[in-house]
Amino acid sequence: MIPPKRKNPLLRTRAALQPPAARSRTALGITAAAARGGFALQVCAACQAVQYPPREICGTCLHDGLAWRAVPPEGTLIAATTIRVTADPYFRERTPWRTGMVAMDAGPAVIAHLPAGVAQGDRVRLAQKLDRAGQGAMVALPLAQPGDLLDDPMMREMTCDPKDRRVLVTDGRHAVGQDVARAMLAAGARVWLGVAETWRPFAAVEGAETIELDLTDADSVHRCAASHGGRLEIVVNTGLHTRPGGILERGDLTTARVEMEAAYFGPMRLAQAIGPALRARAADGTHPACAWVNVLSVYALANLPSWGAYSASQSAALSLSQALRADLRPIRVVNALIGPLDDEWHQAVPPPKLAPAALASAIVKALRDGVEEVAVGDVAQDILARFRDDPKILERELAS
Amino acid sequence: MSSPTPTSSLADFAADLVSGRITVIDLTQTLSADFPTIALPPEFGQCAPFRLEEISRYDARGPAWYWNNFSCGEHTGTHYDAPIHWVSGKDFPNNTVDTIPADKFIAPAVVIDCSRETAANHDFVLTRSVLEAWEAAHGPIPAGCWVLLRTDWSKRSGAAYANMKEDGAHTPGPDPEAVRFLVEERDVLGFGTETIGTDAGQAHHFTPPYPAHFYMHGKGRYGLQCLSNLDKLPATGAVIVSPPLKIQGGSGSPLRVLALVAS
Repeated sequence: MIPPKRKNPLLRTRAALQPPAARSRTALGITAAAARGGFALQVCAACQAVQYPPREICGTCLHDGLAWRAVPPEGTLIAATTIRVTADPYFRERTPWRTGMVAMDAGPAVIAHLPAGVAQGDRVRLAQKLDRAGQGAMVALPLAQPGDLLDDPMMREMTCDPKDRRVLVTDGRHAVGQDVARAMLAAGARVWLGVAETWRPFAAVEGAETIELDLTDADSVHRCAASHGGRLEIVVNTGLHTRPGGILERGDLTTARVEMEAAYFGPMRLAQAIGPALRARAADGTHPACAWVNVLSVYALANLPSWGAYSASQSAALSLSQALRADLRPIRVVNALIGPLDDEWHQAVPPPKLAPAALASAIVKALRDGVEEVAVGDVAQDILARFRDDPKILERELAS
Repeated sequence: MSSPTPTSSLADFAADLVSGRITVIDLTQTLSADFPTIALPPEFGQCAPFRLEEISRYDARGPAWYWNNFSCGEHTGTHYDAPIHWVSGKDFPNNTVDTIPADKFIAPAVVIDCSRETAANHDFVLTRSVLEAWEAAHGPIPAGCWVLLRTDWSKRSGAAYANMKEDGAHTPGPDPEAVRFLVEERDVLGFGTETIGTDAGQAHHFTPPYPAHFYMHGKGRYGLQCLSNLDKLPATGAVIVSPPLKIQGGSGSPLRVLALVAS
């Protein structure tokens, strides 16, 4: 794809409309699957019939035990059409828009958004993607995905590919920030890399533009927002202040305050300073502002008492991200959940540990996939699975 | 130490101030978020940098008034060290900023100009022989005065001011013998510098480590650091006004440091 044309400064920046967002509580199962990058439909516990659209009782046997399960996403596109006229303000700006009906191998027939290139009769793979309203939507993709699929206008609405976007990475002092900057550059983005306390020595990342940014300093954040707030499409908040220590053994709040500044107050400052401009540019041209990424410890979900204060700061950050997800919409808030990093502060922690470069690659992939939650590495995936299984059991295990 | 225009009464002093025969020189760095603080290994507790958070600015949070909350460490920016700051000074009476007698906050100063040596050598060490050479030119350092080390370090900023290398900070400061000479043989009030600390950047390699802290506070004396405008002071004759904040039990505090100089 040709790099995006520079915008005409005499034209109004279009407001970011959103597709229809209303969903029943039951239908949010699709949103949940899309947010995690899965594919799930309700399956009847009695007759095993796969359900679509989401419903309260089985369409085949009327049983009310319908659980969301991963089901095979393949099917055949049995009808395709192009919408040219619509009364919906969001889609009205985006016509022509292709939709079609897919007969799933698993049973149901599903109406799905279509990228260019899939035709009636094609075998397709359904995917559940988050749309710009943050709600789950069905998309039918060709089985052999073309390399430029993410450049398709429909897919651009569902995903946040960093290519040709401008990215702020908040903490260039940390290996994670540096590797995220490198991964974004490799993905075709322009990168501004924040560095706090530039009076201390630091290593610049080749290709990234270093800027002074200290999320713990309101003035620094406002200066960054003034210079860059109107020309960012993706923000990656990599602020990690990782220190071991339980609550009682530390005996004071000094480190805990710094942890809260790094994980909670700092990102809140940045969100307040940059969020409104980011949100206002969510439909600006072909590469609009699209994503806010947080790197969070998976122990935000359940406290690891030997890192008790740090875990608590991460819980605050997780809760902040949920509030931001609502406030920033249609900007997508993506949380990358991590276990121990392979860094200085986890020196005594045995492997598996997460390499910062692997985390950076996972963040780029999450943006391309359009998900809003990804657990990166063995530990994070394990903890997340156990959290979904039973938070109380996980809490007890971590505290043992 | 002699003053060019001695004042014989408070009224004369006031008149000299009003007429400009005495000028007031600000020796203080601006308290700002990006001013370097002392850098310790990260496993130690850290001195908080200066931070400012707006409460309101003629807006919905307070329609007719502007004000901020600020936070910082006791040793952030231009600051005062009380004897209790160092373990060697922990048992003195009146060793905290709130209990130090107020008359210690106004005192004469001598200025040792080592700016030329420091420009050539960032690790310049103030020795007893440098002090003795200064005394040969200016007379003995009087008891009860501040000794201020002029290095022009305050003209630097940011990374050049902190001057951090892989083996730590490289900034000038006194050696143990020089500090003992000032405290034990000259009975000075305290020691002041333009750098982040009263000690040299590499002073943890001295014996004892951090001699300015160890011996000054070990004798109940005081410290001033992150001073500026020392180049505007005479070698002798300036009077320093340096009252720290009255923090209960405080080990130091940011403060405004003023010098009175006969013009």
